[in-house]
Amino acid sequence: MSSTLRFLTMWLLAAALACPGAALAQDTIKVGVLHSLSGTMAISETTLKDTILMLVDQQNKKGGLLGKKLEAVVVDPASNWPLFAEKARQLLEKDKVAVVFGCWTSVSRKSVLPVFEKDNGLLFYPVQYEGEESSKNVIYTGAAPNQQAIPAVDYLMKDVAVKRWVLEGTDYVYPRTTNKILEAYLKAKGVKAEDISINYTPFGYADWQARVAAIKKFGSAGKKTAVVSTINGDANVPFYKELGNQRISAEDIPVVAFSVGEEELSGLDTKPLVGHLAAWNYFMSDKAPANKVFIDQWHAYIKKPKRTTNDPMEAHYIGFNLWVKAVEKAHSTDVEKVLAALPGLEVPNLTGGVAKLLPNHHVTKPVYIGEVRADGQFDVVWKTSGTVPGDAWSDYLPGSKEIEADWVTLKCGNYNTKTKMCSGQSYK
Amino acid sequence: MLGTKLQVTWLLLAVILCPARALAQPPLSDVGDVRLVLGELREASFVEKERIVERLSARGDPSIRPVLSALLEDRLFVRESDHLIFIVKSADDSLTSLELIDPVSLAGAGSASRDDLTKIGTNNQLRKRLRALVARFDLSGPDAAVRLAAVEEILRSLDAESLALLRARSTVEPDAGVREQIEIGLGLAALDSGDSRARLDAIAALTRTLRPQVRNRLAGLLERTADGGFAESDERVRQAAAQAVHAIDRWRTFYGVVETLFFGLSVGSVLVLVAVGLAITFGVMGVINMAHGELMMLGAYTTYVMQLAMPNHIAAAIVLAIPAAFLVAGMTGVILERTIIRFLYGRPLETLLATFGVSLVLQQLVRSVFSANNRSVETPAWMSGTLQINGALSITVNRLCIILFSLIVFAILLFVLKRTRLGLDIRAVSQNRAMAQAMGIRTGWVDAMTFGLGSGIAGIAGVALSQFTNVGPNLGQSYIIDSFMVVVFGGVGNLWGTLVGGLSMGVVDQLLEPYAGAVLAKIFVLVALIVFIQRWPRGLFPQTGRAAETQA
Repeated sequence: MSSTLRFLTMWLLAAALACPGAALAQDTIKVGVLHSLSGTMAISETTLKDTILMLVDQQNKKGGLLGKKLEAVVVDPASNWPLFAEKARQLLEKDKVAVVFGCWTSVSRKSVLPVFEKDNGLLFYPVQYEGEESSKNVIYTGAAPNQQAIPAVDYLMKDVAVKRWVLEGTDYVYPRTTNKILEAYLKAKGVKAEDISINYTPFGYADWQARVAAIKKFGSAGKKTAVVSTINGDANVPFYKELGNQRISAEDIPVVAFSVGEEELSGLDTKPLVGHLAAWNYFMSDKAPANKVFIDQWHAYIKKPKRTTNDPMEAHYIGFNLWVKAVEKAHSTDVEKVLAALPGLEVPNLTGGVAKLLPNHHVTKPVYIGEVRADGQFDVVWKTSGTVPGDAWSDYLPGSKEIEADWVTLKCGNYNTKTKMCSGQSYK
Repeated sequence: MLGTKLQVTWLLLAVILCPARALAQPPLSDVGDVRLVLGELREASFVEKERIVERLSARGDPSIRPVLSALLEDRLFVRESDHLIFIVKSADDSLTSLELIDPVSLAGAGSASRDDLTKIGTNNQLRKRLRALVARFDLSGPDAAVRLAAVEEILRSLDAESLALLRARSTVEPDAGVREQIEIGLGLAALDSGDSRARLDAIAALTRTLRPQVRNRLAGLLERTADGGFAESDERVRQAAAQAVHAIDRWRTFYGVVETLFFGLSVGSVLVLVAVGLAITFGVMGVINMAHGELMMLGAYTTYVMQLAMPNHIAAAIVLAIPAAFLVAGMTGVILERTIIRFLYGRPLETLLATFGVSLVLQQLVRSVFSANNRSVETPAWMSGTLQINGALSITVNRLCIILFSLIVFAILLFVLKRTRLGLDIRAVSQNRAMAQAMGIRTGWVDAMTFGLGSGIAGIAGVALSQFTNVGPNLGQSYIIDSFMVVVFGGVGNLWGTLVGGLSMGVVDQLLEPYAGAVLAKIFVLVALIVFIQRWPRGLFPQTGRAAETQA
């Protein structure tokens, strides 16, 4: 008994001695990285963790920030949504990080949102998403629907003269919300209900023959038909394979995807996919000098010359630089001061343009439509003339038309312009 | 005052002249012109490129065909140093220096490094147009199959020019099949003729074709125009068109049902394939093997490794993967049986847990060796594509192959069990272990072989699965439930039950899917299965006699 006590005391003493030491050594700024390194999302998210580590490394080589070195704190939420919230709390309360870069799926973002709002943390979210949200504590560096889905549909409608639409998605929140917005948009543009077909399949769906046959049938009614795909994850591979098998070429029925990028294509035989489309705000094949520099840095850092870059990586690049600039402007890493400094800041993106942070916590982005090449890269076939400002609340959904997000003058994420009311945070 | 008037007149003139100039492009006369027009491709937008290729092919000179097909195949490049256009022999990624061909003389023109060359890009619309233009040249080719493909291509986008070509070809075309397709095109065109007699004849001729274009065109005749009249003015023609549409629709519905049945059989045959191995290990031996799915995964990865080993012989790799996967999965099964399962006979719960643990170990093993990312397994050329039975029905070749494959595997398994010494031993041991032992059968050896046989067949199923689903560490998990369902539904211990059970579950699933969606259809099948098992707990084909008593 006494030996156990002594043992405990010794441990306590040791801990007490170690603690002030840790406090003394705190001349670093901690940067939290909240990306799944195991589980189903690991394939996509590991790359983003490496991106942030690379950016932190580069910033330290430049002499750090405010005279201090940056220190990345990496945690693994393991593709497990409740664990995301737990790890976020750990980063904010225990590690006291100044900023967090993280999350991929919408459900993981929704799960950490209450934590960030309660602890007043700062999260940079790098992935295109369904919108309908603007939190004081989140900076959305990925595309809102009006920066990806709507321009893609516009392109198909105007340049390809598509008259009939198949909205094909995986069964979860992002595709369902996006398709709701697109359906409302198409109907507003005069597309009849019988010319829109919406269908959902589960995650990892593999037996596409009947669905693809149905798409083929829907597309043989004599009107130009396109598929808008919000199919997520590895269900895409058998989907495109079956399209090739049933001889549906991109020239007959093009498929425009919102979740298929260079990373996803790098693991599969792309020959049957040639000509199918993807809408993003960045393509690795972009010829801008900034992009070439970034790709070279990435290859040097990751030590694999064949690794691809993709759109969420660019979003992290923008987000990280925005944060650095805001900290320099505020001369502090305090979240309130950084949040006050952020709106209006401008940083270069990788495609030769400028990303400006708007009062609604979204950024301006150019929109590109690319066609898949045989080598798994994209040829840009259309782009917006300038950048498009991200719109948090869609103008095409009945409930969200009159909602505004403005963290500068209104100080509100969902201000109803009709009732002149701010109904608080958006995660409810 | 006068000045402004003049300016307006000039502007008006310019407005009037401009489109005319754009439309009335003079035909290209000589080689120099061709080069000049080709040069414009360098900076042209996609719409301008389309106009350029149309101008190039307007002469009808077949010497332009290689340029068009090069553009179509991403082999047309511009040399940055002098802005000249070249065809390259091959633009393969591995090459750093590309061999150039002059686009006009088609003679070799040396080579250039990849950095000095910029590809002339295409988009979907441009490629579609190019295909149609190339098809016009192919229409007079020597090979009937090429001509048929060309007519098919032309039919996809019929215009006055291509129609004139078809009309000219129809008089000299020797091949009956090609002529028939040309007739369809001419029939479609005749629907626009001013003579209602000709329109009636055209409808009569088109009634027998099931192509969606024909149906849409005929249905278009029945539509009302904006001013309230019909698109087709003649009452008789309208009636004939309505009848024709009705007849076509009836056939299309019929073929739709045939197609659904085919889909059902193909889904069912996959179920049979994944379940038949389990019918041995679970059905005959009574072992609940939760690692069965992972044995399939091993088979799929074996296919991947075989393709890696022989990248130039994809088809041969698939064929060789079948015995290789049987051996890999079979050996794993034997090791599993000898080291773990044989100590757990008669303790189903422990077997379940132990094999579940093994399944996790196997998954992690594959993750460590091949990484967590999916691996792409290529489909050999002869297994991809469709068999076009008629205008309304086409059957995908890979599914046909899998149906045949699973039937062959089933037949071989049946043969092994019923006609060989090993089969006799297996049946003897499963019916009465003690008596079999007394007759001198090494029951331990038979157990290992039986389990190996079931596992090996799971590996073969993995080869088939690799052809249409993702090859990744989680491959097995998505099929393990299905395979247990089929075995239980068909009747534990009965191979024929597995066959009938698997096929019927596939057909029911596909019949429901168009109405209920993928998720609900699956739920319906599950609920129906539970109800069925409540009523007939021993499945479709229950075992009877003494063997059933001892097992129960």
